Amino acid sequence: MININTDVTIIGAGPGGLASAVSAKLNGAKKVIVLDRNNWLGGILPQCIHDGFGVEELGKSLTGPEYADLYITEARKNKIEFLTETMVLNFNKNLEITAVNKKGLLNIKSQSIILAMGCREKTRWNIMIPGDRPSGIFTAGVAQSFNNLYNIRIGKKILILGSGDVGLIMARRLKFEGLDVLGVVEILPYGSGLPRNIVQCLDDYDIPLFLNHTVTEIIGRDRLESVKIAEVDKNFKVIEGTEKEISCDSLLLSVGLIPENELSKEAKIKIDKNTGGPIVNQFFETSIPGIFACGNCLQVYDTVDSLSKDAKTAGRFAAIKKRNKLNREIKVIPGKNISYIIPQKIDNSCKVHFTLRVKKPIEKPIIKVKSKGIKFYSKQLRFAIPANMVEFDLDIDLDEVYKNLEVSIGD
Amino acid sequence: MKDFHVAVVGGGVIGSSIAWELSKYDLNSVVFEKECDVAFGTSKANSGVIHSGINSATGSLKAKFCVEGNKLIEPLANKLGFSVKWVGKYVISKNEKEAKELEKLIKIGKENGVSGLKIVDGKEVNEKEPNISGYHALWVPTAGIMLPYEFTIALAENATENNVKFLLETKVSNITKKDDRFLIKTNKGNFQSQLLINASGLNCKKIVEMLEKPDFNVYPCRGEYLVLDKKYSNLINSMIYPVPPKKLGVLGVHLTPTIEGNILIGPSAEFINDPEDKKTTKNMMKTLLKEAKELLPSIPNDSIISAYSGIRCKLASSEEGGWADYKIYESKINSGFINLLGIESPGLTGAPAIAKEVIKMISRHIDLKPKKNFKTRKFMRKRFSEMSSKEQEELIKKDENWGRIVCRCEQITKAEVINALSNPLGAKTLSSVKFRCRAGMGRCQGGFCTQHIIRIMEKRFDMDINEMKLKSPNSNLFYGRARNLEND
Repeated sequence: MININTDVTIIGAGPGGLASAVSAKLNGAKKVIVLDRNNWLGGILPQCIHDGFGVEELGKSLTGPEYADLYITEARKNKIEFLTETMVLNFNKNLEITAVNKKGLLNIKSQSIILAMGCREKTRWNIMIPGDRPSGIFTAGVAQSFNNLYNIRIGKKILILGSGDVGLIMARRLKFEGLDVLGVVEILPYGSGLPRNIVQCLDDYDIPLFLNHTVTEIIGRDRLESVKIAEVDKNFKVIEGTEKEISCDSLLLSVGLIPENELSKEAKIKIDKNTGGPIVNQFFETSIPGIFACGNCLQVYDTVDSLSKDAKTAGRFAAIKKRNKLNREIKVIPGKNISYIIPQKIDNSCKVHFTLRVKKPIEKPIIKVKSKGIKFYSKQLRFAIPANMVEFDLDIDLDEVYKNLEVSIGD
Repeated sequence: MKDFHVAVVGGGVIGSSIAWELSKYDLNSVVFEKECDVAFGTSKANSGVIHSGINSATGSLKAKFCVEGNKLIEPLANKLGFSVKWVGKYVISKNEKEAKELEKLIKIGKENGVSGLKIVDGKEVNEKEPNISGYHALWVPTAGIMLPYEFTIALAENATENNVKFLLETKVSNITKKDDRFLIKTNKGNFQSQLLINASGLNCKKIVEMLEKPDFNVYPCRGEYLVLDKKYSNLINSMIYPVPPKKLGVLGVHLTPTIEGNILIGPSAEFINDPEDKKTTKNMMKTLLKEAKELLPSIPNDSIISAYSGIRCKLASSEEGGWADYKIYESKINSGFINLLGIESPGLTGAPAIAKEVIKMISRHIDLKPKKNFKTRKFMRKRFSEMSSKEQEELIKKDENWGRIVCRCEQITKAEVINALSNPLGAKTLSSVKFRCRAGMGRCQGGFCTQHIIRIMEKRFDMDINEMKLKSPNSNLFYGRARNLEND
């Protein structure tokens, strides 16, 4: 067993891990180690060869690899240590991590741990698509890695299910590669990815978007041969007589992402069932003191820019050894029209950065924050859609707020 | 033309069991398997239950081989290293009327020679299975579980190591008999043999038709399954069966824990026309979940990580009640042509006993001499995730690939994937890897590990990306390179 002691250990070298590592180091942590299961740094970024990264944060549009490079360079400059091809097997409430790599088993003791494990893609079975089980069914991210990193052609005639961002990006990418991209099928009445991606990836390349449609059956005993799609009503029930068969050799699934928290659950960290990520306070500290969470294992972000911003906050507070804790804690409750809100709890008086998602598109919505029925904050937005995360800041004085906060969106 | 003493058509659990028994003797034997690997038909897609023998009529071949096979499996597991767990099963009755059926089962079971059967009340069931409630239940302690594909692979691989030839992706297209030899035409060339064993499962009628007029029919009956995430493994401890429905000759939708910690829900029973139609259907998925919840109400809706179906080879139609006994016989027209027909459940359990029976039949033609250098080797199933830290460290020191995790969900290392791809059968599909070391079988269903396995296939095994397959000869994964690199 190789024993290591650190100030801050970060699980995952994707954008969340990198940004939090740099921030922890700049805020005084002496020894910062980042663990990653792959043999490269940057997580998913190296396969995201499209641009659009860093627009809000840096004022320029970078590709995924370029964006990752900025942070990797910064991290190396600050002497952050990386252990790649290193898989964390478990960690516990005493902040001990067991990991494994080619040198053997590692036992890592840290002052703080930052969880940055990212997310995984939903599979065919998460949405229970019946039919045959042929080759040619890929999740969009896996298809992206084969195409972009390994130079492998995954198919010739492609249909995409789900208008999540990865699916949209892949529709355009595979069109660039000369493949026949037949369209994107979306069960919702609106696209589920960012509006700019719908325009830039589909509309600009005449790739059809079939709204209110879903895949009802997969056909092909060896390689995929065709897919049946049908129109759905507002309760997502298939409308009889609308089924049609589309001949294709590949089906890409972009049907959602699941924050990767199997390790967190084993360590008994409390998970928010709405986000799928750990319940955190305003400093991104989880239910286990000293363990922080950031990146897509906390919530699935829509841009790397806002992800990095929160990850830096997590890194900053993870670097502080002794945190002043008030004895009080209030809950932040998602109210009307809100699918989730982070932080889920507040235990210190400070300026709190809130992120939330709405359940459905709303024109000119007003964010309202209430405590004990008393409204003490409201803000009007131009519009809100589930694909766009809503962010706002609020000074919270726990002496003034004596009960839980309820955040809602209405008109 | 290659000449064999014995040719077996079909590398399922029956063909592989026979091959293993054959490998003990000084013989030239061959197995023709049309798929890319053994166990790729019905043998991989079932409940993986080691049946006790309470469900088949006394005096039937099904009952005989089930009870005999049940006793042979443990010693076989010790030799070959596949996993077996004697978890036992409860047949749950919901009311007094159903409880009467339990009495019938116990009677048949006792007549068939099954030991340890007893009827317990709902309270006792509840103590052992806190999530299950029922009126009375039949407790069957001699029922167990195994991984059907692991069992078949272990048999086939060990048979290969003892010089039985397994020809994968080899489809028999025609058979004729000339003098004392069977002439077998396949897509991989022509072969001849002295004896011919028809263990081709659902295709058994087609093989018979090549030589003589069949006096039976095959009625494919599809069974769909759902697989639950391992994190719900503690919902049950033993197998939970309903009282068998009085139709179709099946046991009803039941809950089966697996060796790996998943729970299986199924199988459904649906007679279909096409024996290859292994699809899953929306309606059946819903029905399975509904029926499973009647047995186990606490199954969460989001607990399903996969679904599949397998096809039973039945010799009786739905109208005939769906139940028929196995037909195991040597042809009267073509001497040396041994047929194994309609080997459906409990065929997995019965396989070792059926194989011994076939050896007896073979010995009437050939003087069988035991092989001096017959060796059993334990099928490599030691998992990194199940080892002690000390074992893990020692292995990593010897080979650093034990320290590289390729499949996160199941914690499978690169060394285990390399071992799987180095199997003696030469099976190299993605599913071959999955069934040997479990990479890709977890909750992300290959989202993370597939790309790593592909890299191992490419770099370590020099496989062309166009040759990589998911499971069957035509299930190619890719279509060449995305871009031509000029200076590559």
